Amino acid sequence: MAVQKKIALTVNGRPYRIEIDIRESLLDVLRDRLQFTGVKQGCSVGECGACTVLIDGTPVNSCIYLAAWADGKTVTTIEGIARDGHLSPVQEAFVEEGAIQCGFCTPGLVLSTTAMVESGRSFTHDEVRRELSGHLCRCTGYQKIIDAAERALREAEKAAE
Amino acid sequence: MFDICELHEPGTLEEAKAVLAANPDLKVIAGGTDVLIRLQHGSLAGSGLLSLKNLHGLEEIAMLGDGTISVGAMAPFTTIFRNGLIRERVPILCEAAVSMGGPQVRNVATIGGNICNGAVSADSASTLFALDALLKLETATDERIIPMGDFYAGPGKVNLRPGELLTAILIPREGYEGMGGHYIKYAMRKAMDIATLGVAAVCKVREDRFADLRIGLGVAAPVPIRCFEAEAYAKGKEVTLEVVQEIARLAVKPARARTSWRASKDYREHLIEVLAQRAVAEAVKRGGGCCAD
Repeated sequence: MAVQKKIALTVNGRPYRIEIDIRESLLDVLRDRLQFTGVKQGCSVGECGACTVLIDGTPVNSCIYLAAWADGKTVTTIEGIARDGHLSPVQEAFVEEGAIQCGFCTPGLVLSTTAMVESGRSFTHDEVRRELSGHLCRCTGYQKIIDAAERALREAEKAAE
Repeated sequence: MFDICELHEPGTLEEAKAVLAANPDLKVIAGGTDVLIRLQHGSLAGSGLLSLKNLHGLEEIAMLGDGTISVGAMAPFTTIFRNGLIRERVPILCEAAVSMGGPQVRNVATIGGNICNGAVSADSASTLFALDALLKLETATDERIIPMGDFYAGPGKVNLRPGELLTAILIPREGYEGMGGHYIKYAMRKAMDIATLGVAAVCKVREDRFADLRIGLGVAAPVPIRCFEAEAYAKGKEVTLEVVQEIARLAVKPARARTSWRASKDYREHLIEVLAQRAVAEAVKRGGGCCAD
């Protein structure tokens, strides 16, 4: 069986047809082949959440996801979040709340928060904490991150009214 | 890069069974949240993988004609805990599903993978034990349905025959109907942690007496276990605090807890007693009973 595989995927709205190695993770392909270096490599075993991307809108750890599985999928990385050079409302909320220090965990946290906002559901405080629990941040006590996510959800709810 | 030599991606269950029959040494991969981590750590190095990711229909959750609830082996944990049927009929399975890993892991990790890994800490296992669940195993030419209790062979070992795939988890009507249930996962963190102990209790209360009680324990022995002595003791007894305390004491008996870096044997036994009491008391409450003394 060939070790190479041709896959077609959409990343941040743009279609790609590439040949990958079946041994590669989606993280490898996004960073090394497609240069989406906003996707961070942290623990490599699905514990820290730094490599989180959205696959068809759902947060997934790209370090423990075979690149071959992304065939036919729509992937969103942090590079695909801003629109026309403007930060997304979720990114704005992170800035407003000061929910950023070294920034290594931020892409994943912004993506998980974006998935919450785009789901259209409402979340209790405990549910927000739970939805962000797959991300480790070694800089903060998480409070500002949770405040930012709640601000983004509140503002999205207001905008929908 | 993952140290794998080949990747098969069949599109149908029939094709998957045929590939596995022809290559029984392939490592089956479902959501990948365990297999890929083991590859990352160097075990399973050089394996060929049979990915079930492209199979359709193995994610379905449905009630069969006889009231059995069938959960497809490829159903991810997020799908399970958001599923209306499971929420309404088997809420204890939602509790177990949402306690597993973190959100990104639950979005891809499957219940079938969780069971087939044979991990004693599998959050779904003790709950499925308590629900008297059955497993549907299929090969290219055959199929069999076995109780959960017959599947676990030892730490990380399950009784999957060569060429066999787990396709569905079946929860019979008697397993869940009219039962109150509660799962307690005890771990250092509320997310991304492996259970120090898992206790699942389901019970039926009629006229203030235990009509039925089943307790499943995870991480209390080399494999998930049932507490048959405690269950037998409970049958027909009046629901009182004293009886629940005795049930919890008996629940410790089948355990073969061991000391690991997570907890000592003594501590685990203490946890079994304390948490079994809490789990049974809450299951009683949810089953419409009351265990005031």
